[in-house]
Amino acid sequence: MKYFKYSAGPLISIILSLIIGAIFIILIGQDPAEVYVKMFTDTLGNSYGIGQVLFKATPLILTGLSVAFAFRAGLFNIGAEGQMTVGAFASAWAGFTFTSMPWIVLIPLCIISGFLAGAFWAAIAGYLKARFGSHEVINTIMLNFIAMALVSYLVNNIYLVPATIHTPEISPNAVLLRFDVITGMFKGSPFNLSFVIAAAVCIIIYYVIRKTPFGYRINTLGYNINAAEYAGMNVKRLTVYAMAIAGGLAGLAGLNFVNGYKHYFELGFSENAGYVGIAVALIARNNPFAIIIIAVFFGVLEYGGLTVNTLVPKEIVTILQGIIILLIITITKYFDKKFKLAKA
Amino acid sequence: MTNHLAVEMKGITKTFGDLRANDSVDIKITKGTIHAIIGENGAGKSTLMNILYGMYHPDSGTIYINGNEAVIHSPADAIKLGIGMVHQHFMLVNTLTVLENIILGDEVTGALNTIDKRRSRQKVKQILNNFDINIGLEEITGTLSIGTQQKIEIIKLLYRNAEILILDEPTAVLTPQETDELFKTLKVLKAEGKTILLITHKLNEVLGISEFITVLRNGKVTGNTETKDTDKDQLAGMILGGSFESIKRKQNSPAEEFILEIIGVSVRSDKGLPAVKDLSFEVHRGEIIGIAGVEGNGQHELIEAICGLRDYSGSFILNGKPADKDLPVAHIPANRHKHGIVMEYNLAENVLLGREGEAEFSTGVSIKEKALRAYTERLIKKYDIRPAEADLLIGGLSGGNQQKVVAAREMSKHTDLIVVSHPTRGLDIKAADFVHSVLLEESAKGKGIILVSSDLGELLKLSDRIAVMFNGKINAMLDSATTNEREIGSYMLGLSGSGGDKG
Ligand SMILES: Nc1ncnc2c1ncn2[C@@H]1O[C@H](COP(=O)(O)OP(=O)(O)OP(=O)(O)O)[C@@H](O)[C@H]1O
Ligand SMILES: [Mg+2]
Repeated sequence: MKYFKYSAGPLISIILSLIIGAIFIILIGQDPAEVYVKMFTDTLGNSYGIGQVLFKATPLILTGLSVAFAFRAGLFNIGAEGQMTVGAFASAWAGFTFTSMPWIVLIPLCIISGFLAGAFWAAIAGYLKARFGSHEVINTIMLNFIAMALVSYLVNNIYLVPATIHTPEISPNAVLLRFDVITGMFKGSPFNLSFVIAAAVCIIIYYVIRKTPFGYRINTLGYNINAAEYAGMNVKRLTVYAMAIAGGLAGLAGLNFVNGYKHYFELGFSENAGYVGIAVALIARNNPFAIIIIAVFFGVLEYGGLTVNTLVPKEIVTILQGIIILLIITITKYFDKKFKLAKA
Repeated sequence: MTNHLAVEMKGITKTFGDLRANDSVDIKITKGTIHAIIGENGAGKSTLMNILYGMYHPDSGTIYINGNEAVIHSPADAIKLGIGMVHQHFMLVNTLTVLENIILGDEVTGALNTIDKRRSRQKVKQILNNFDINIGLEEITGTLSIGTQQKIEIIKLLYRNAEILILDEPTAVLTPQETDELFKTLKVLKAEGKTILLITHKLNEVLGISEFITVLRNGKVTGNTETKDTDKDQLAGMILGGSFESIKRKQNSPAEEFILEIIGVSVRSDKGLPAVKDLSFEVHRGEIIGIAGVEGNGQHELIEAICGLRDYSGSFILNGKPADKDLPVAHIPANRHKHGIVMEYNLAENVLLGREGEAEFSTGVSIKEKALRAYTERLIKKYDIRPAEADLLIGGLSGGNQQKVVAAREMSKHTDLIVVSHPTRGLDIKAADFVHSVLLEESAKGKGIILVSSDLGELLKLSDRIAVMFNGKINAMLDSATTNEREIGSYMLGLSGSGGDKG
């Protein structure tokens, strides 16, 4: 019953949005059944499609986790996009700079670089909030703009490989292997070890939030900042830490593209994963495991949109995706009220 | 026959899970009277009133308003029937003016649906005149005292034409002076024909102002009486279901050595004005220092400075060592809801608050959940917290039981110094007495205790010395064995002593 209460909203909204989608598809003169069947079989019906879906889901898990972690502390992190961008660039930079290192050193170095770059970026927003009280929503949005411009400058003016639009390639020792190389499954899809990292990070964050004194402080800060202060917690420092960790998580989201897929950094790689992460966290109610499921669902939407390109124009797919997200958020809220669910 | 009844509730039953918060409650409230509803913490008083106000739906039972059966599904329905309620925790918007708060949600609108402030103001002024209430309508609500905020809540009800007013523990947060003023207002309201339902734990107040009394116990009505036919002891017996002996005053005397020396401490208020001015005193091992004073004479700021919540100049010396900002101190804050508990946490998680770093509850990496649970269960038993379930969300506890959780947590901390503000607010007589006994116990163990209270009886009973604050200074340091309420009172008002400014 409990699980029903928590999943009723998302489930009903998905069904409803499929119906609305069908109307749209009919309006543009196509057969909804054909589109849906194709979408379904091409995404989840074969191992290549599943690989594509999981590949798309990987960065969303991390950006969703980033938003969710900040939200636990009562902070709205709109900056996952920028944090992810600086993180991805840092991972790439480590990968193409320390080319002589063995993989056992270089891969952790890329991971840590990505985490720290994202953490530093978000910590700025956290510090401004703690020190001057400026709102983190504004701070993180502004830092998104700065991150884009800064990284764009670095790529275009310093690290550009002539006649391309990307940085040098990372050392082969920095590559996170694709599953089709390791297992032979998911043939041809770029699904890679970053997914394992993302899943592991989910477990760690779950543990931190639920079991550790630090996580307890973070939760307290989010629920009742006054009580946190009266209990002797250093509210300002906690705010900076919470943002830094959130930023670090978003910073890891670049690994999937840089170390797992293209092996270089290129602008525009993110496909808005930082912003979609907000929706992922919201629908998953900030629960780390639910985030994996919701991220996979968004992976289906994204890759599914591509598979029906020939039948339905790309814009229509985007419109549908937007409607689905809006529906899920509204209907979930409705059910929360109906069942009087606490915001978990 | 029934039309002289403003309210009649028949066979009201309300369960939360297995718990019967109200169990076939029958109650009749005569029009134009003040009717007190009393009972232990968790007896079901708030639940019953929330049902009348449409916040909760009873499992069974009927409600009659002015003799007619009424269906009350929501507070909006209740308001239409002329019922208004002031909750234990105010629901005002701090940043709005008094007038805006009063008319919020029920504005007089003019052209294009804009708020007609002039006509709204007239309507409010009319009410203030009728009921002889004094209040500045343009002031910012958050800056006003608790007593004034409560008046705003009451005016809000009158503005919505409430005929039946429910007040849930209105005096718990008031000073004795503010209580007197509130009661004056209530008497005027009664004279104008309003019906008032009043919840309180203070029997003196019940006997002083009400005409009828209903006693609840474990969700059932255990007594119904006219006030003139009863007395304090009888009421206590009905509330507790037995007799009850309250503790004696403090026995042990303090040691020579100091726990805390406060030297030349000055603190500013939220508005940046000097609130505590170059103040010094010492707390001995095993001593309880009471702090008396009219609200707003620096007590609050002093306490916050001691607890590391506010900047100060001067110094604190703890156990002979100069202390930096983080004094290890247990603190029962005056506003428990805002500062003492987290509504989204269960009892155990609330017990952990501020103690998550202690080796008793943490390995450094993870929280020792079993130890925390066992500890919480011990506190639940010792303090008789009900329902006795460590993993219940604290929001499911009655107001008084929530307070017990805070008191239990803070008083069991391993600190040499305990700072308590109004520790027995909202507690029933037995629970209040128990908290008193624990304070005495802790002081007998050699702890130093600073006790802020507006209840002079409480101060006299528990303290060794009473520091009377006036205008940011200690106007007098009195020996509680030889002083009395009248003497304390005159120092509080600055009629005796240095008057604060000169010294
Ligand atoms: N929302 C709720 N969920 C679960 N249990 C509740 C809820 N509200 C009240 N209760 C339970 O119902 C019982 C009666 O609570 P109520 O708040 O009516 O007590 P009360 O008489 O007002 O006590 P107090 O003097 O402490 O305010 C208590 O045992 C309480 O734990
Ligand atoms: Mg109550």
